[in-house]
Amino acid sequence: MMCSARHASSIAISERKGYAVSSPKDEIKKKRKSAFSRRGFLQGLGAGTGVVGSGLLGAAEEAEAQSTIPVAGPGVVTITLDINGQQMKASVEPRETLLDTLRNQLNLTGAKRVCDRGTCGACTVMVAGKVVYGCTVLAIDAQGKKIQTIEGLMQGSRPHPITQAFVNNEAQQCGYCTPGFVMATKGFLDRNPDPSYDQVKKGLGGNLCRCGTYVGVRKAVLEAAKEIKNA
Amino acid sequence: MPNYSWPAMDKRRVMGKRLNRLDGVAKSSGRAKYNSDLNPPGLLHAVILSSPHAHCKITSIDTSAAEKMPGVTAVRVIKAAGTELNWQGTEIAVVAANTESQARDAVKAIKIDYEILPHLVKEDDLKVAGSRARAAGEQVTGDPDKAFQEAEVVSEGHYAIPVITHCCLEPHGQVVQWGPEDKIEYHPSTQSVSDIAADLGSQIKVPAAKIHVHMDYMGGGFGSKFPSDLWGREAAFLSKDSGGRPVKLFLDRQQELLIGGNRPSVYGNIKVGAKKDGTITAWQSQTWASGGLGGGGLSADLFPYVFRKVEHRRVNHTAVSLNMGSARAWRAPNHPQVSFLTCSALEDLAAKCNMDSLDFFVKNVGLTARPDTYKDQLMKAAALIDWKKNWHPRGDKTPGPIKRGLGIGVNTWGGLGHDSACRTTIHPDGSIEVEIGTQDLGTATRTMIAMVAAETFGLQVTEINVKLGDNGLPKSGASGGSTTIGGVSVSTHKSTINALGKLFDLIAPLMNTTPDQLEAVDGRIQKKGDPSKAMTWKQAAQKLGTQTISEEGKNVSRDAAKDGLITQGASGVQMALVSVDTDTGVVKMEKMVAVQDCGLVVNPKTAESQVYGAMILSCCSALMEERVTDAQTGKVLNGDMEFYKLAGISDIGEMVVQMDITPEHDARGIIGLGEPPTIGGIAAIANAVANAIGVRVPMVPLTPNRVLAALGKATDRRMA
Repeated sequence: MMCSARHASSIAISERKGYAVSSPKDEIKKKRKSAFSRRGFLQGLGAGTGVVGSGLLGAAEEAEAQSTIPVAGPGVVTITLDINGQQMKASVEPRETLLDTLRNQLNLTGAKRVCDRGTCGACTVMVAGKVVYGCTVLAIDAQGKKIQTIEGLMQGSRPHPITQAFVNNEAQQCGYCTPGFVMATKGFLDRNPDPSYDQVKKGLGGNLCRCGTYVGVRKAVLEAAKEIKNA
Repeated sequence: MPNYSWPAMDKRRVMGKRLNRLDGVAKSSGRAKYNSDLNPPGLLHAVILSSPHAHCKITSIDTSAAEKMPGVTAVRVIKAAGTELNWQGTEIAVVAANTESQARDAVKAIKIDYEILPHLVKEDDLKVAGSRARAAGEQVTGDPDKAFQEAEVVSEGHYAIPVITHCCLEPHGQVVQWGPEDKIEYHPSTQSVSDIAADLGSQIKVPAAKIHVHMDYMGGGFGSKFPSDLWGREAAFLSKDSGGRPVKLFLDRQQELLIGGNRPSVYGNIKVGAKKDGTITAWQSQTWASGGLGGGGLSADLFPYVFRKVEHRRVNHTAVSLNMGSARAWRAPNHPQVSFLTCSALEDLAAKCNMDSLDFFVKNVGLTARPDTYKDQLMKAAALIDWKKNWHPRGDKTPGPIKRGLGIGVNTWGGLGHDSACRTTIHPDGSIEVEIGTQDLGTATRTMIAMVAAETFGLQVTEINVKLGDNGLPKSGASGGSTTIGGVSVSTHKSTINALGKLFDLIAPLMNTTPDQLEAVDGRIQKKGDPSKAMTWKQAAQKLGTQTISEEGKNVSRDAAKDGLITQGASGVQMALVSVDTDTGVVKMEKMVAVQDCGLVVNPKTAESQVYGAMILSCCSALMEERVTDAQTGKVLNGDMEFYKLAGISDIGEMVVQMDITPEHDARGIIGLGEPPTIGGIAAIANAVANAIGVRVPMVPLTPNRVLAALGKATDRRMA
C-alpha cells in the first residue's frame, strides 16, 4: 500500500534524528498516529524532499525546515557507506533502505529480506554500535556511521564464536533467519556479556524463526557468551 | 550382489553419532547464498501486481503508462480484461525493471478497473456457506447408532482449527535467465530440484533438458515449494522479453501469505462413546474445511486419528469453497488438524469418564496400529513430564488466577524413502564425490548423505564432497512427505558400497587377498581381522593411476521393503504442561516433551532439531497462528508478520525430546522425520489448557479472547 508523500513527510522527519523539526512534538505524534505504515513512507518518498509544501507545517516552520534539512533526491544519489571497516560506494534513490542497498547494490546478502517492515529481524545489522533492522533504515541515513554486517564477523576463515556456537548447538535449520539472529546476538552480548537464560529469552525477542530453532538459539547464545568471555 | 545391510547398530562409527551440520558455518556466517541472494550481472527485478479484491472481474487494464516508466524493460499482462479473479492476491500483471523501486513504481502506474463480485471468505458457519459447501457423503462402519445407545458415557464437542499459512521466510521465487538457443538458467527456491525443470518446461514450451536448475540453500518450504508456478513462468518470459537479461522475481511478504500456500482449516462436531472404564466404543464426526476455491482435500476417513479401530463409526466431511488463495501441502498434510480434533474429543471423553487421560489413552492403544509402541511412548513421555505428579482432574483447584494443566497428542506418518539415484566417484588422490540431485531444506540432508558415505568408506564426514541442488546430477525425488532421508540414504549407501567394491577389486590382488576379505576402517583399507595388513585410504586410491571409480546406487521406492534398509510408519507422543492466567486469558507453554521414533536415526542431533522445531510450530499453531479474514471486505487482515503471529523465542518454554532409539526401531531401517513431530503438539497444548481451566476452548489458536470466552461460558453454564 502506498501512502502519499504529503502525509508521510512529517512522519519521516520525526523519525530521522538529528534533523531540526520546529513543529510541536504533539502535532507530529498526532500525525504519526494517522495509520500510515512506516514501511510505506520509507518506500514512498525521497527523504527530505517531501517537506516542501507538505501542508502540515506552518509557513515559517516550513521555511525553517527547508533551510535546515539537506535535500537528497528524488533521483539517484551517490553515497559512501562505512561497512565492516570499508568505504563502499553505492548509487541509491533516497527512498532505498539500507537492507536493499546492502543486498542489491553491494552484494552483502547475509542480511535477509523477510517481513520487510521491522518485525522479524532477519535483516538485523549494527549501525553505530546499535542493533537495527536494515529494512527500517534509509541508506542515506546510514552515511557517516559505522555499519557492521554479518559478513564482517568472519575473521578470515575462522568463524566468530557466535557463529560457531550456532553451529554447535543446532541453532539453525533452513538458515534464512540465522544471520539476523547472529547479529542480534552480537548486539545483545555487547551489552550483556554475561546474560542469564531469562535475559537471553527477552534479549533475542526481536527475531523470528519459522523452522523453530529457538531451543538451539538459547543454548548458542549462552555458549557464545562463555566463549567470548574466555577468549 | 554386495551386502547392502546397514552395519550393526553397535558397529557404526559415523551413522548414529551427534554431528554438527556440515553447512552450519556457511549459514550462520551469512556466506550461504540462497537463490534470493543472487545478483548476476544485468539483473532485472520483477514485481507482481496482484488483485486487491477477493472476487472481481477486470473490466479494463491499461499498462501503457507503466511501459514508459524509467527502467522498465518488460510488462506482461497475466489476466486480461474480462477475466474473473477468485481470490485476493491473484496475479494480474508483472513488470521487470532495472531496479526494484522502478518495478514497483511501474506496477503502481498500471490502471485497472474492477467489477466487484460477491465473495465468501469464512467457512466457520456452514449455513452461511450455503451452496458453496459440498458434502462428500457419509461413511458408516458397524452400527454407530446402536453403539451410542449402549455407550455408558457419551461426550460431544465442537472443535476448530483455522487456516494457517506456510509463511516461508524466503518467499517463493527465482532468478531466471532465458539465454541464447532457449537455454534457461533457472535458480528457484524449491523442494524439487530434479523435477522442477520439467514443470517449468511444460509451462514455457522448452524441453526440460535445456533448463539448468541450481539451488544450494533454500529458506523454508514446508510443503509449499514443489511446482515452478506461474511465477517461474512469468519470470522466464520477462527475461525473454528483456533480451535475455536475468530476472529476479520473489513474492513480497503479503503475496507470500496470500498466495504462497496455506494449510486448510478443519471445523468439526464430534461425538464419542465409551464404556465406564474408558474403552472407546463409538465415533461420529461431522467435519468441514476449506483450502481455498477448490474446497478442502481432507478425507473424512482420517477420523478418528491413530485410534482408528473403533468398531462403530460414522464420518462425514464437507468441503467449503472460499474466495481465498489455494491450500498447499503443509508438513504432514491434514494430520495436525485431524490429530487436534481427535485427541481433543478423546481428552473430553476421558474427563467425562473421570479418568486420568494418560490412563485413558493407554487403555485404548489397542485401537492403534502399533499398540506396544504407543503404550511405551506414552509411558516414556509421561515420565519426562512427571505426569503422575502434575496431573489433576479437569480444572486446577489451586487458588489464584494461574491454573496449570497437562495434555496429550499423538502422531503417525509413513515416511518411506522416495526414488533416488546417487553417483559416487573415487579419485586417485583419495577424494570422494557423492553426487545426488536432491536438496537440503534445512533438515541437514547434505550432512546425512556425507555421514552415510563416510560410514562406508571408514572416513570422516569432512572427507566426503557432497554435491546436491542441481538437476545435472543423478535424479532424486522431491523433498516432501518425509521421503528424503530414506531415499537419499539408500542411494548413497548403495553407490558408496558399489564404488568401494570396485576399489577392493583393484587392490585385493595387491594385498594377496580377495575383495570380500577387505574392509575400510578409520582411513585405512585392511584385511578383515588382521589390521597389520593394511594400506591408508590415500595409498589405496593412488593405485587407480589415471582412472577414477564412478558407481551409481539407487533407491526404488516400491522395492525398498525387500532391501530392509528403510521402511515406513513412525509413531510419536507429545505432552504439554501449560499455565493459564484466567484473569487475562494468556496461555503459557511451560514445558513440552516428545517421544518420537523414526526407525534407524542417522544423526540424533539434527533429528532432535527437527522435533524441537516441529513442537515450536505446534506452539505457533496452538497459541497464535491464524489467517484472519474480513467477511465484509473479503480481505486478509494479517498479510504481514506483525499480525500474522509466529512464536518468538520468549514464547517457548522448556522442551525435551527423546528420540526413541531402540534396537527394535533401529532394525526397521530408516524412516522420514519431517512430518510426524509436527502433528501431535497442538492437541497436547489444547488438552493441557482444558485440563488447566476445566473447560474446552473449542478453537485454536488459544488466544486470550477465546480463553476468556470459554471461561465466560463456563460461568454462565454453572449459573444456569
